[in-house]
Amino acid sequence: MKIKDIPREEHISNSLSCAGCSELLAVRLALKVLGKRTVAIVPAGCMSTVNCYWPQIPFKTPMFVSPFAATGAILQGVSAGFHYRGVTDVNVLAIAGDGGTADIGMASFSQAIISGRKFIYMCVDNEAYMNTGGQWSSTTPPGALTTTSTLADVAEPSLSNHKDLLAIAIAHRIPYAATASPSYPLDYLEKVRKAAATNGPSFLHVLTPCPPGWGFPSEKTIEIGRLAVESGMWPLCEYQDGQLRITHVPRQTRPVAEYFQSQRRFRKLRPEGIAQLQKIVDARQEALEKMVSPRD
Amino acid sequence: MPEKKFLTGNSAVAYAVKLAKVGVIAVYPITPQTPIAEKLANLVSTGEVRAEYLRVESEHSALAACLGSAMAGMRSFTATSSHGLAYMHEMLTYAAGGRFPLVLAIANRSIGPPWSIWGEQQDSIQQRDTGCIQLYVETAQEALDTTIQAFKIAEDPRVLTPVMVCLDGFHLSHAEEGVEIPDAGDVERFLPPFRTSATLDPDNPMTLAVGASGEQYTLWRSEQQTAIREAGSIISDVDEEFGQVFGRKYGGLVDAYRCDDADLIIAIMGSFAGVARDTVDSLRQKGVKAGMLRVRAFRPFPNQVIRQHLANARHLVVIDRDLSYGNEGALCSEIRGALYGQGNVPPIVNFIAGLGGADLLADEIESVAQEAIQMTRPEERKTVFQFLENK
Amino acid sequence: MPEPSKFKGVGPHWPAGNTPLNVGSYTRIKPKIDVSQCSGCRLCFVFCPDGAITMQDDKDPVVDFNLCKACGICVNECPKKIIEMTTVESNA
Repeated sequence: MKIKDIPREEHISNSLSCAGCSELLAVRLALKVLGKRTVAIVPAGCMSTVNCYWPQIPFKTPMFVSPFAATGAILQGVSAGFHYRGVTDVNVLAIAGDGGTADIGMASFSQAIISGRKFIYMCVDNEAYMNTGGQWSSTTPPGALTTTSTLADVAEPSLSNHKDLLAIAIAHRIPYAATASPSYPLDYLEKVRKAAATNGPSFLHVLTPCPPGWGFPSEKTIEIGRLAVESGMWPLCEYQDGQLRITHVPRQTRPVAEYFQSQRRFRKLRPEGIAQLQKIVDARQEALEKMVSPRD
Repeated sequence: MPEKKFLTGNSAVAYAVKLAKVGVIAVYPITPQTPIAEKLANLVSTGEVRAEYLRVESEHSALAACLGSAMAGMRSFTATSSHGLAYMHEMLTYAAGGRFPLVLAIANRSIGPPWSIWGEQQDSIQQRDTGCIQLYVETAQEALDTTIQAFKIAEDPRVLTPVMVCLDGFHLSHAEEGVEIPDAGDVERFLPPFRTSATLDPDNPMTLAVGASGEQYTLWRSEQQTAIREAGSIISDVDEEFGQVFGRKYGGLVDAYRCDDADLIIAIMGSFAGVARDTVDSLRQKGVKAGMLRVRAFRPFPNQVIRQHLANARHLVVIDRDLSYGNEGALCSEIRGALYGQGNVPPIVNFIAGLGGADLLADEIESVAQEAIQMTRPEERKTVFQFLENK
Repeated sequence: MPEPSKFKGVGPHWPAGNTPLNVGSYTRIKPKIDVSQCSGCRLCFVFCPDGAITMQDDKDPVVDFNLCKACGICVNECPKKIIEMTTVESNA
């Protein structure tokens, strides 16, 4: 797919999201590729709250506001129901935040993957419970402040109190999973297309920078997403048929310090913390490169 | 052809699910409901039931999965008990508020601590505010029949509310009795095809379970209340119609035994009503005009019907296999509420019995009944605990 | 907000795509695009979270002020820097 191939039709419009919201962008772009025969299951989080308050109904496609912990279970039920009725031309898409996936939604997320049912589980990750003002979640990156973090959390940043959702999905032997960013729309939409074509569960972990939550001006949303990839904080990978590969190597790399300095949520990181995180990110990148299969 | 089998309450429910042609089953096992999950898995394996059998990781997810499949246009079923029902609590409120016609069976069991796998009605009673219809059955036959009725009630366009079919743990769920399994064709004609307006349909796109506030919120809630209140008459009608088609009916909202001329009435829910019937017969032989009122529908609470049956009672024993801690037994409070402002308000003894699976004997009910007969002033409020030396 | 009206169907559900409120109505600054210099890259259309930018033949992007929240992403991302924020009198 090329930029000029991205369809014009909008399937979501007049959403009450913040200005510059990349979650909305992720949803808007994904729906273009998936088309109007897509049902969205959206648990409590930004993407439900800004799109479900009567009488403002921005989704033009069917949508269900799911209970917070139950997204995976709803997916199983919808997918099973469609399967029973022989409905094969409708995409079943979850749009869950990091809270609804990694924390309260983890149990049903895990079970849904091993059910083998056909659905796309998209986690739009703004790395905290942003819908309710920015409380900590288990995908909050080391060094980031949230309203329920303490300074001890950023003093010695490490990955040990952070969940790697892609690794969790891979541990379930999911047929298809990927990390993505709307700042790289072609890479992202190709992954959406592959997820939809998977004859079973698929998982997309999309980094969606949040201007008010992360502390940067709304016009920089796409730029921050690029910086996340270029600094190594958000590698773009794909796991398909048991093979992990890197889908995009940035043309330039940047030190993590630049990423941290671009957002207020990292303001309490000290130089020692930044140096530590650079080491952690470098080590993680090295490990990732060892894990991927040789490129074809 | 109908066939007669020795079935436990659990198996009876499983056969009802088969006859109702449920398409999606999502059940998380918990004692004493587990045999329902197992029997259904068995029926799916043999091909007797054609359904998608989902394995979920919790009861909360079990009802959520049913909600998902209902939105995809399928009749669905789940079952649980006790701690599982407590875990499912959010989803009960969600299903009721969202007006999803789901049916679930509850094998009533206590919630610990103190831990007990045995029967008690606390689990479903403490869900009485969720907005679900609650029907309590006395026999395995009634469990089967009522589960079939439940689909018709839940899916009625005037109702569109989840229905809980409650059967006592172990006493009903595990005890076998002779049960007639209705003819599949008769059931298919009795139950219309599954239809609900809240669906995920690209040809009729909607956002389901929207947010609201103020006037719109109150409007929706009042409609929910109207629907569950009106379900009372539909519960009666469906039971009546079931009687005409299958030859068995249960009195609709309440099942009254020898109440017409009764001075003393024993009110109860569930399988121990059988014991209460023995007590009534024994008292009658001793010259006491006794009667038993089994409340079948606890939600919507049948205020009017209860008032009618208690219109001339001079003494009332209300047996509760539950307790609303801080006040009294739930059935007792609700009956008290039904009698408010009526000309005749008898004194009531609330007998808290059968907790934690304790057996209840006819003699025990009879001695409480004798206590009730001594009371003459309606302002006397008495709570008697089984086993305890009560003053 | 509009008056609560008779809902369609039963329960707290609502037909898709009904949006009585125009989310662009809160901002008085809007992007102005110098279309004469547009190269047709379509990035403004792609990156607008609200889908406020449409184009007929790729080189004539138009901003719908009713949908535009003035986030500034299009201004920031346009490779030719031909978009700038300006104050507008009304959403017309």
